Amino acid sequence: MDSVGNIILYFIIAIAIIVFSVLTVTTKKILRAATYLLFVLLATAVIYFQMDFQFLGAVQIAVYAGGIAVLFVFAIMLTHKPGKAAQPITSHKRALGLTASIAGVVVCAYALFSYGNKCLQTLAPAGDGDYDMATLGHALLDSNTVGYLLPFEAISVLLLACIIAGVVIARRR
Amino acid sequence: MSFDLSILVLAIPLFMFLFLGIVGVKMGKKATGWIGVASMLVTLVICYGIALTYFFQTPLVNGVHQTLIPYNWDWLSFTNKLVVRLGVLIDPISAMMLVVVSTVSFLVHLFSIGYMSDEVGKPEKGFQRYYSFLQLFTFSMLGLVVSTNIFQMFIFFEMVGVSSYLLIGFYYTSPAAIHASKKAFIVTRLADLFFLLGVIVMSYYTGTLDFFKDASHNVMASLLDNPQSTIAACTGSFMGCSAIAWSLTMIFIGGAGKSAMYPLHIWLPDAMEGPTPVSALIHAATMVVAGVFLVARMFPVYVLEPVVMNTILVVGAFTAFYAAAVACVQSDIKRALAFSTISQIAYMMTALAVSTSTTGEGSLGYMASQFHLFTHAMFKALLFLCAGSIIHCIGSNENSEMHGLHKYMPITSICFLIGCLAISGIPPFAGFFSKDEIIVACFHKNVGWGLWMMLVAGMTAFYMFRTYYLIFFWKKHETPAGKHQPHDMPWTMTLPLIILAVVSCVAGFVPAHDLVTANGAPLETHTEWPIAIGSICVALVGIGLATALYYKENGVPTRMKNACLGLWTAAYHRFYMDEFYQFITHKIIFQGICKPIAWFDRHIIDGFMNLLADGTNSLSYSIRKLQGGAVQSYVYVYLMGALAIAVVTMVCILI
Amino acid sequence: MELPLFMYLILSLVMFGCGVYGFITRKNMIAILISIELMLNSVDINFAVFNRYLFPGSIDGMFFALFAIAIAAAETAVALAIVINVYRIAKKVDINQITKLKF
Repeated sequence: MDSVGNIILYFIIAIAIIVFSVLTVTTKKILRAATYLLFVLLATAVIYFQMDFQFLGAVQIAVYAGGIAVLFVFAIMLTHKPGKAAQPITSHKRALGLTASIAGVVVCAYALFSYGNKCLQTLAPAGDGDYDMATLGHALLDSNTVGYLLPFEAISVLLLACIIAGVVIARRR
Repeated sequence: MSFDLSILVLAIPLFMFLFLGIVGVKMGKKATGWIGVASMLVTLVICYGIALTYFFQTPLVNGVHQTLIPYNWDWLSFTNKLVVRLGVLIDPISAMMLVVVSTVSFLVHLFSIGYMSDEVGKPEKGFQRYYSFLQLFTFSMLGLVVSTNIFQMFIFFEMVGVSSYLLIGFYYTSPAAIHASKKAFIVTRLADLFFLLGVIVMSYYTGTLDFFKDASHNVMASLLDNPQSTIAACTGSFMGCSAIAWSLTMIFIGGAGKSAMYPLHIWLPDAMEGPTPVSALIHAATMVVAGVFLVARMFPVYVLEPVVMNTILVVGAFTAFYAAAVACVQSDIKRALAFSTISQIAYMMTALAVSTSTTGEGSLGYMASQFHLFTHAMFKALLFLCAGSIIHCIGSNENSEMHGLHKYMPITSICFLIGCLAISGIPPFAGFFSKDEIIVACFHKNVGWGLWMMLVAGMTAFYMFRTYYLIFFWKKHETPAGKHQPHDMPWTMTLPLIILAVVSCVAGFVPAHDLVTANGAPLETHTEWPIAIGSICVALVGIGLATALYYKENGVPTRMKNACLGLWTAAYHRFYMDEFYQFITHKIIFQGICKPIAWFDRHIIDGFMNLLADGTNSLSYSIRKLQGGAVQSYVYVYLMGALAIAVVTMVCILI
Repeated sequence: MELPLFMYLILSLVMFGCGVYGFITRKNMIAILISIELMLNSVDINFAVFNRYLFPGSIDGMFFALFAIAIAAAETAVALAIVINVYRIAKKVDINQITKLKF
């Protein structure tokens, strides 16, 4: 990939993610928060594509942007009157949140930069066929040491349990 | 009759206990009663069949009645040697006891149909419960007498105690009955604790619980087949006495509790609060002789321990005299009979204790005690059932409300008279033969004991006839206003009386010395006429004295009472034994021991626990704000903690 | 000029910080879930980026991200079911007003 184009794309994505993340957590209207979340998730998908993880990016769009965001919208519609703004955040809470998040970011950033040379690692070109669907499919259903059959099955069971749990919990009694 | 049927003797009452107890409520009361009677009749027939087959059709081996064990199941196998078994054992004494228990039980079942109904024949409340408990008792008692090992005997010992408790407290609305039932249960249970200890000591040393070897059921060790080796096995000693002596003494204490030997007799007079047929069955004829039966069962071992035998002798002889003395002044007819029972059981114990060997002359006492057990069960049940008739008719136990009933209740009166003659030892009634042999056995031991027992026999005659005269003669009966005249009872109540009266007349001719002996072989006996005539004379003197004093109303008894008022009052209050126990338990044990322990428990132990609880409580109350349920503050604190750890880690790495 | 690794990590760090802020300040339960999604998403980015930069030959990080997405979907579905049920009972979705289970 062209490195300049890559960098420009990165900055667009970065600005989008930062702006929409901040908006997600600061907007007064909950439906808008969900929409901004959707933008963040889509931008994340672009990052995955940039990393050559086409499948992961597709899953991100399909499951996160397509599934979870819609689920949020449904839940919001079921529990909120449209257009009603959330109560304003108290300054005490805002102070708490700001200290927590800024302290977290600072500590993590410091930890990050204390490993300077690893952080400056640049992107190596992907090998041929490294991330194509055949490889992924084989790895997913492979029961050898490098395979993911067991977690795959475990997640399948978990999802089944979630379907049942979701039905049971939300069912009207 | 095959001995395989013997299991039915236990199975029928047990089944009927459950059946009447569970289904009885759904059935009518009358039906329940009659089903109980019918099932008892079946049991009776089987018991008689077993006993007759055993005594007269089973061939003797070397002239000895064999011990048969038709059933013997392993129930609890602790070790290879120590196995608790449940089974059926038939030997002379258990066969005799089967007859006694089933006879009295059947007649009591029949009698209770009338007794447990009111004037117009309507059964009382709890009728089904009553019959169910009677069946339970019969089951327990039959199980006790056919025990193949001492632990099975202990189990059934407890069960008769329980059924006795249930039946004494049958009128559970009356506080006196409840107190009496508790008293009976606690006293006998305390004694049974000693029994259990004795069993444990003995089984610890001998490694077996079984009475007899039983090759067909793989029982290779036993207590009684070779008593010398049993005694030799008990090598330990404690406080100067051997382990076997301790063990036998403790087993005797267990028996003494059930058989109301002094000083554990206090429960029996109070147990008269129960229905009178129950008193007849449990507290006169069967359960109270369980102690005698126990000592008789273990007799081959007991007889080799003279120390224990002498203890039993002293206890028995003293109890006989004490109970007879108390019985002379009681005004409650059931209490008088109860003390008479204590006295007569003490007779049996004494008779066992004066035996010196299992064969020949020395074993006369054993035979006499078992014979007396048999005859006593019959005539004492008769006396109690007569008393039951009278009480049912009059509605009171006090003889001051009776007097002169002979005219109104002739059948009861004659039956009671036969019972009195039998217990007094007048030939040809049953008591003469057995009691005479006991006195002979006592004379063989020692002339002093013989004279002592003869004196008690005279007192027995006196107090029985005193009771008899005060009930049936003394003065004209005054029917209280509003009550109808006393009369003989319906046939369900008179028929048992007549049967028992007939049995009391002829039971003396049962050839007990051929059947029930210590070693199973027939015993040569001959009436010792000097002693027999002596005891008859003593009995006649007692009867004559009672006749002179109580036949017609006169002032002599009152004058005699006033002449030695202190003695009379003491005897009337049973020589203050209950008060003595009350003092020991309440003043010394409760006040002196339990109160401080309770205080310690309440203030020190509980206080410490309360301190812990209060401390935890106040601490958690003061920090409860930390857990306010605000999820977000949890996250905040958690995040800050994680960051702090990260900072600390980084600082450590950098330094 | 190539993009170094930390550029992406800073991006996910900012996203995570926003998630934390939202989680702590928001009252609405759905908004809190949205913040959680943000945090999860930032972690997914980290997985993918580390995999791509540091271990270009393997696909482990990618699978971790994949499974994390699946689990996040499951978690969100159940959580929203709970929220809807709570709303049905309490008519509220504010986290500090739901006190029925409190002592």
